[in-house]
Amino acid sequence: MKLKVIVLGALLTLAIAIPLGVQSAADKAMFTPKQMADWLHLVMSTDRAVYTKVIVNRLTKKDKVIKASEHFEDDQALALPAQMFRFGAEGVARKTEDFSYSLMSLWPINKQNAPVTDVEQTGLKFIADNPGENYYSEEELGGKQYFTAIYPDPAVAPVCVSCHNEHKDSPRNDFKIGEVMGGVVIRIPTGG
Amino acid sequence: MTTHKRLPKRPILWLCWIYGSAVLGAAMSDHIRHGHDRSLFLPGETSYGHHQIELACEACHTESYTDKDAMQVACESCHLDQLKLAKDDHPKTKFTDPRNAARVARLDARYCVTCHVEHRPDITLAMGLTQPVDYCFICHEQIAEDRPSHAGMAFDTCASAGCHNFHDNRALYEDFLLKHLDEPVVIKTAFDKPGANLLEVAPVMGKYPTDAYPLEQRDATNIDVADKFHEDEIIDEWLMSAHSESGVTCSACHHDSQQAWLAKPDHSVCQTCHEVEVGSFLLGKHGMRLDIERLNKNLSPMSPKHARLNMLETAHSQELSCNSCHGTHRYDVEFAATDGCLACHDDNHSRSFKSSPHFVADAAPDADWQGLTCADCHMPMTEKEFFWGEVIWTYANHNQSENFLPNEKMLRPVCMQCHGLQFAIDSLADRDLIANNFNGRPTTKIQSLELARARLELAAQAKAAADKAAAEAAALETAQ
Repeated sequence: MKLKVIVLGALLTLAIAIPLGVQSAADKAMFTPKQMADWLHLVMSTDRAVYTKVIVNRLTKKDKVIKASEHFEDDQALALPAQMFRFGAEGVARKTEDFSYSLMSLWPINKQNAPVTDVEQTGLKFIADNPGENYYSEEELGGKQYFTAIYPDPAVAPVCVSCHNEHKDSPRNDFKIGEVMGGVVIRIPTGG
Repeated sequence: MTTHKRLPKRPILWLCWIYGSAVLGAAMSDHIRHGHDRSLFLPGETSYGHHQIELACEACHTESYTDKDAMQVACESCHLDQLKLAKDDHPKTKFTDPRNAARVARLDARYCVTCHVEHRPDITLAMGLTQPVDYCFICHEQIAEDRPSHAGMAFDTCASAGCHNFHDNRALYEDFLLKHLDEPVVIKTAFDKPGANLLEVAPVMGKYPTDAYPLEQRDATNIDVADKFHEDEIIDEWLMSAHSESGVTCSACHHDSQQAWLAKPDHSVCQTCHEVEVGSFLLGKHGMRLDIERLNKNLSPMSPKHARLNMLETAHSQELSCNSCHGTHRYDVEFAATDGCLACHDDNHSRSFKSSPHFVADAAPDADWQGLTCADCHMPMTEKEFFWGEVIWTYANHNQSENFLPNEKMLRPVCMQCHGLQFAIDSLADRDLIANNFNGRPTTKIQSLELARARLELAAQAKAAADKAAAEAAALETAQ
């Protein structure tokens, strides 16, 4: 009888402990904000590259069946890759404040995308001056602490260069292929 | 010793006062909760946008009277779709972005009530704005650096008709202005009116009862539950309606879910099939009092006698429902589109409509210019997307606010159907012209199109100079 009680008790304990163990592992803080930001950026940049290559360039350059336009609804055209990126950022912002991201530049077409915080200013200059390197920092905004990562956003195709160099609102018109045109800024709140 | 001296000299009076306050508080609470006249408790007159529902306190104050987040949810439950449609230039997400924390500290645009607080008639401006009218200055102080043409312009002129709106700039953004430079006053004399596509769309949406009411013509010989009707007039009206054409018989509206007879079906019955029309009616000024789900309260229907616009005395006894404009059984959309409106509305703009160039009485069926109705401008045919645009429902939008104030909202869906942009913007900025229902030409000229043209020319000159300098530099380099 005692043995039965012990065995049943052990089984019951296992039945409770195993799911709890799985649950706690899922909730355990295993990754740093930097790793998380790097992975988020990897997803963002890959998705954007896929949209640019598989949708925009194929249909506008290769098949020549549709144009891509800043005013894509009025022009019945495809949204520009940078716009797709921003729509994603706005969609995320509507659903969570656990992280945020944006596309910014020292030479923005839309002045609202110029650096606002000291970290943005320093980071965007750093990635422009140090091609291929990311910039990581921490900052306090609105009384909250954030881990902020800034990734270079280079001109990967001729259309990036021609659009920015020829746009009437662009403050710079001498971009070249491969040059850093701006940066992806990812923020993760770290408490406080 | 000292403490005793501070005790009230007559504790019985204090007890009476506390007891009286508690009883008064309980009575007031009971008064609010149990549907008695709540107007006593209004802290101030509400704006024209909300006065119809001002006694449904729970509609906006869902949690408490101070919880801004809960109130924001209430604002969005009615206005969010409209903001999306307007391609809102200042969405909440712009201000929840941590990088804009410093701006939020100066103007917390995450919340509607920051700029649109209610019950404050003393500070309420046009569009229900309760911020100082030059609020754009807070974030756009440096605008003259980007737009030298704006140097010296006062910040209380940003939102002048035809220049900028905080939310909706669909017809005012610079490239749109450039695209429509130099358009004539009249572009074309035919107003494209897309037809409602309920019959095409509703079966796809799943709610339309096609099994019980197949989409086929019915006549007096196959009308159902006809034993309830022996009035030829009613049957004649039904025979002239779209309902008989599309197989909607008596029981479709007059049977409830238990098949019991409904003598006077209300808007909720219409909503079974006319989902988007009634949905927009409940968001508009005519129907918002009937939206029990959003209001958390059962109000009587809106009546012209409660309107803040001038209404005909003869209409004061009316209560607004689907039938009040469309009529029962006949459901005459032509009557509803103009004469239905003029049966109540009695302001200068309405009274002038039938003498305006927009109105044509008895146009020949093959004439290019058929004239307009009130609804063409104020309840225009609108497209609503479902399933990410796979299904597009075209319907008469019964929410007037979606296409009314600020009136630049009307430019693209209405005015520019026939008129050039400059003429349309100027007309909408001319209050006298609006009052006489566009009998004449605008006397004001909005400068935004010319400013856009000037900036385009400057940019072209700068580019030409840069190209020339680059070419000269290249030639010099080659020569060397």
